[in-house]
Amino acid sequence: MEGFPSGRTAIVGAATFGIGKAPGLDAMDLATHASLRALDDAGLALSDVDALFITQPQDTLAGMSFADYLGVRPRITDCNRSGGSSFMLQLAHAALALDAGYCDVALIAYGSNQATASGKLVQTSRNAFWDAQYKPLRPVSAYALAAARHMHEYGTTKAQLAEVAVAARGWAQSNPDACRREPLTIDEVVGARMISDPLGKLDCCLVTDGAAAIVMTRADRARDCAKTPVYALAAASAVTHGEISSMPDLTVTGATESGARAYAQAGLRPDDIDVVQVYDAFTINTILFLEDLGFCPKGEGGRFVENGAIAPGGRLAVNTSGGGLSYCHPGMFGLFTLVESIRQLRGECGARQVPGAGTALAHGNGGLLSSQATVILGNAPTHS
Amino acid sequence: MEAVHPEAQYRAFLAEGRFMLQRARGSGRHVFHPRVAEPGTGDTDLEWVEASGRGTVYATTVVRKRPPEPSYNVALIDLAEGPRMMSRVVGIDPEAVRIGMPVRARIEQEDGEPLVVFAPTVEDR
Repeated sequence: MEGFPSGRTAIVGAATFGIGKAPGLDAMDLATHASLRALDDAGLALSDVDALFITQPQDTLAGMSFADYLGVRPRITDCNRSGGSSFMLQLAHAALALDAGYCDVALIAYGSNQATASGKLVQTSRNAFWDAQYKPLRPVSAYALAAARHMHEYGTTKAQLAEVAVAARGWAQSNPDACRREPLTIDEVVGARMISDPLGKLDCCLVTDGAAAIVMTRADRARDCAKTPVYALAAASAVTHGEISSMPDLTVTGATESGARAYAQAGLRPDDIDVVQVYDAFTINTILFLEDLGFCPKGEGGRFVENGAIAPGGRLAVNTSGGGLSYCHPGMFGLFTLVESIRQLRGECGARQVPGAGTALAHGNGGLLSSQATVILGNAPTHS
Repeated sequence: MEAVHPEAQYRAFLAEGRFMLQRARGSGRHVFHPRVAEPGTGDTDLEWVEASGRGTVYATTVVRKRPPEPSYNVALIDLAEGPRMMSRVVGIDPEAVRIGMPVRARIEQEDGEPLVVFAPTVEDR
């Protein structure tokens, strides 16, 4: 349905490496460590890999560098540049290629040492002249403008934005790998130093090092791998603009399109999703994506997240790793939402495990709310 | 005829004190930012027309700097002609800019370059 080979490919390996600070190693070293761990997780060898999907912050020709570094001769090489959503697009393309027999084992990887290398978010792009001349902070001012508009149209409040950060911290407290685990209150988030109104410092994601990797193959081969397969049920994306000044409606993202297509591919509805990971670069993102992915009506996101509704013990399990706000944020978080989804579906999440999680939605965001990509995973090839 | 980069043409007009937009002759639709074809249709028959300068604040933020460096406004302005552009609202405190506020364009010099900024219309003050 909708052109995606739902349930016919699976993720068989997933890993992270160097979460937090990874001094002495560069982005490619970190991506390689994560990749080798993911292959080990799958019970596969480097020599099995014939498709390389990698996005790196700085190296725009990373596909070739990665093949060189690993000593792999890939049949497909793809270094997608859709920002934090790159990895969802790569999963989609890998699934299509695997299902067509174009390749057999796909490795998708990311790594960044931005925290130890520069101590700040590594910029992968610049504003076009039209926007740049007014000196918005990239990327935070774009998200601040969206938040301001959402507050204006729907009455969303600073305290509701803060609920997102506090919920993420709540999950992070049961994730031993999370970078920020100390208690956090609504008042602390609301009162934090303003960066670009209405977003303050604690509305913004962390700056850390880290790497992640996943390994995919066809469902028939997946059953022979070391771990229980996690099936790719859906993957869809949408691009609505480049610069924030070109976004048609700052309160409605392309997730409305990517989400609708993904649900159709999987034959599922929002109610059927057990655990949700959305790219929370800023607190407004979680609110926008919960609305656009159908977990609540448009405009209700702020009220939806109130009273710990997306925190541990709430009505919907969202960003169970602690997200980009509290777990880690090595620059492009998309792949980390996929790894957490896989870990939840495998039941590997310990204290933060969502009991009986059978379906997971991972949503990536790229650019300035520009590219949106939704993946639905399941622990069985069909769920509908 | 030598081709002129649309951005260079826009800036050349600004240097003459003129805030100009493109308009597609076929659809009559105004286009900003400048480009070689109308988005969505690919129509390359674009002409330059004077902007009315009238606009409304669609969204606003204040970029916070550590004193003594001044904080400043960044806003998205819906132009009366239809397109939206990023700009700065001047003449009032950056925090006092409100969504829905009517504004009018003017050209200021910044770092030796002309820049389109917007000020609240007099009725709104």
